[in-house]
Amino acid sequence: MLADLGLSSVDELFSVVPEALRLTGALDLPPGLSEPDVAVRVEQVAGANRRSGPDLVCFAGGGAYDHDVPSVVRRVAFRSEFVTAYTPYQPEVSQGVLQALFEYQTMLTRLTGVEIANASLYDGATACVEAVNLAVAATGRSEVWVSGGVHPQWREVMRTFAGGTGHELVDVPLVDGVTRFPSEGAPGAILLQYPNYLGCLDDIAGAAAAAKSLGALLLVAFDPVAGGLLRSPGSYGADVVVGEGQPFGTPLSFGGPYLGLFACRQEHVRRLPGRLVGETVDTEGRRAYVTTLRTREQDIRREKASSNVCTNQTLIAVCCVIQMAWLGTSGLRELALRCARGTRYAREALLAVDGVSPVASAPVFREFGVRAPVAGEVIVERMAEEGFLAGVPLDDGGLLVAVTEKRTREQIDAYVTAFEKVVK
Amino acid sequence: MDAKSIPLMGREEEPTIFEQSVAGRRAWSFRETGVPEWGADELVPADHLADAPADIAEVSERDLVAHFTRLTHRQYSVDLGPYPLGSCTMKYNPKLCDDAAGLPGLADVHPAAPESMIQGWLALLADLGDALCEVTGMSAITLQPPAGASGELTGLLLMRAWHEDQGRQRTKVIIPDSAHGTNPASVTLGGYETVTVPSDDRGLVDVGELRKRLDEDVAGIMLTNPNTLGLFEEDIVEIAAAVHEVGGLLYYDGANLNAILGVVRPGDMGFDIVHMNLHKTFAVPHGGGGPGAGPVAVSPRLAKYLPGPVPERQPDGSLRWATPERSIGRVHGWHGNALALARAWSYILVNGGDGLRRVAEAAVLNANWLRHRLRGVYDVPYDRPNMHEFVASTTSLKKAGGVRALDVAKRLLEEGFHAPTVYFPLIVAEALMIEPTETESLQTLQSLADALERIAADSHDEAAAAPRTTPVSRVDEARAARTLIPTFDARR
Repeated sequence: MLADLGLSSVDELFSVVPEALRLTGALDLPPGLSEPDVAVRVEQVAGANRRSGPDLVCFAGGGAYDHDVPSVVRRVAFRSEFVTAYTPYQPEVSQGVLQALFEYQTMLTRLTGVEIANASLYDGATACVEAVNLAVAATGRSEVWVSGGVHPQWREVMRTFAGGTGHELVDVPLVDGVTRFPSEGAPGAILLQYPNYLGCLDDIAGAAAAAKSLGALLLVAFDPVAGGLLRSPGSYGADVVVGEGQPFGTPLSFGGPYLGLFACRQEHVRRLPGRLVGETVDTEGRRAYVTTLRTREQDIRREKASSNVCTNQTLIAVCCVIQMAWLGTSGLRELALRCARGTRYAREALLAVDGVSPVASAPVFREFGVRAPVAGEVIVERMAEEGFLAGVPLDDGGLLVAVTEKRTREQIDAYVTAFEKVVK
Repeated sequence: MDAKSIPLMGREEEPTIFEQSVAGRRAWSFRETGVPEWGADELVPADHLADAPADIAEVSERDLVAHFTRLTHRQYSVDLGPYPLGSCTMKYNPKLCDDAAGLPGLADVHPAAPESMIQGWLALLADLGDALCEVTGMSAITLQPPAGASGELTGLLLMRAWHEDQGRQRTKVIIPDSAHGTNPASVTLGGYETVTVPSDDRGLVDVGELRKRLDEDVAGIMLTNPNTLGLFEEDIVEIAAAVHEVGGLLYYDGANLNAILGVVRPGDMGFDIVHMNLHKTFAVPHGGGGPGAGPVAVSPRLAKYLPGPVPERQPDGSLRWATPERSIGRVHGWHGNALALARAWSYILVNGGDGLRRVAEAAVLNANWLRHRLRGVYDVPYDRPNMHEFVASTTSLKKAGGVRALDVAKRLLEEGFHAPTVYFPLIVAEALMIEPTETESLQTLQSLADALERIAADSHDEAAAAPRTTPVSRVDEARAARTLIPTFDARR
């Protein structure tokens, strides 16, 4: 090949790189390893973590939940045609991914109760950022009221990006687990999480009324698992519904890759961030799918863009749509019910322990906060020795406890017994 | 490989999962938990309770598996054949990396678990961060950005934080006219205004024009090197000096990093901020459009602004999370696309420093060979030694017989290859941006070149009729935008 190019050495390929810049030696990295040796290294590193499983029964949530993932998700979503494909720029050879995304979009609109869903964003936090950007662009008002019940790390991400766009984020604190938005002011949007960070069913009806009277858009960060049981945000009048799709088909994954859910009312479709798949026909009149309204995207409008999203989380969206189809209507409800049942059972048992009190009295879904005589961080450290990941510590010393459909009565009973021991 | 081979892909229309749904059918199964079976109305206050469950689709596991498997038969992928998609770097990745990311000891770890339980993850992230700093010639890194564009915006927010700490109010960022589309969008979201600098007749940044645009309002410049024409910016040292002279910073768009691995480092060229697309250079498969990962590495003076937390080694050998002193804050809900980071780490281990240089050598050799082979058949507007990709054009074919870049792309699909990137970069008319990548063999490149030569000899009618062997023929994109059907329900 070099001879075809009239070159005598590989180094000549880089003659266009100024000589003074070229590395003279090798990179200071170890030499390449054989595949089996790498496998050993990775196993070693993985072995230095305590993973959720029989040895460490997971009661931690806080935005990352230990749900069962059926075999079909891994076996089908991780087929190499899905894993090693690219963004469907050539629809004629991308109908598989496009149709899967079209079905994902459809399920998401049914779950959220609004008409349009995109083909995914990075995670719940960045979906909130995009929701705020959309609302500010749509209303021309740069002030956004954010419930203190929105995941604290998501609020942190929103603050980081507001540093560039100049949006003014106003925190509205929780009162006994629910948000009471002020009735006066001129926000472009109000955002709450439903159920919120403390697991509480926040006052979404009150938020909807406040948004309406203030002329603001209602943005709701929605737990899709709760969608099996609770009224959809759209039915309350939400304009944009976002969320974290991890519970549907993605393991804990140390926080990523996760799935940013994003859906909105039809009227905002031209401000929708990210990709959108639409149905059309081919030259023979056969049904076909394609990414559409591309002019919204960064690749054409460039500096006029209101979003810079380029890649998304397509593969995770495929996991999500397969898991949702596996659940179906009845399974979705069953999943939500089972989470709520385990949560009620665990909450009642924990609150019966001496010195343990609830963080809030509002009703909860699959997570709840408790206060104990010992700080949450200490409980987590001590409970690890008992074989539990006890929860996620709260800033005020409390502990956030999550119960999914995976937790058996036996595990919950053992957890409560251990809890009683470590908080004494 | 036979140049005329066609990947086996289904041509039967696949009904949606909703059309296959039969009420009452189910795939799910849940474990026995022994938890009391309270009813919905005992668990949730009535005013929050849905009247009816969300209507999803009801299928058996067998129907579900058959449906999505048939969809995979309507999908091109790297494992099926080459993907010479310029700027996107669609190379084959070792399967080892998939296995690494799937290990339960990595995948089943809660992101909020205390440091004592995640020493393996912290070590992996710290080691990957060190390796990426070595590759780029930078000194500190955040692994949080979940995608390249997110990395770009993170880099701009770092730039902003640095200027603000110097007490400066800068308003503009300079971008070449050949830049990636995400660059100007990121600049806008970073709160800056884009100033475009034209390319000269070599296809490189016009340094004279750049100097005219440099003043005290310039926060920095965003460049990729090699640039989107696949050409190395030979004047980079002069560019860096000029930008630094007015107090600006240099941002490196790492989309094209695989061309220079082990050859030259952005840090040595004078860049202050570098983002990497781990899904282009370091073995993270694209997944049909994501997930990717877009870490951002910086020079020492910017380290204290990085998003936190970052893993930090302790004197006793253990690791903990630490938040940089003047952190701009988080850019991801957790720690970034961790499992994608694990894939990249295993890729670096298997290649090593020496192997990474061979990646660049093969990528550049393949791209130059293909340009050389095709230069007599297609226009090559900047016909000079290129890096890992090059831009060809169908301007002459269009003039002679009306064959456009899009037609060539569609003809290639029926020849059994994925198409190159078309109509990008914007500064080349009828552009075909070709990146063969380092993993394709000479035989594959020959087949691809043969196909492109045949296509160039096609009549206009022949080209316009393509593709005829794909699951669907040419798709009516205009109709999709005109009559928007974004869900199954919108169809009615």
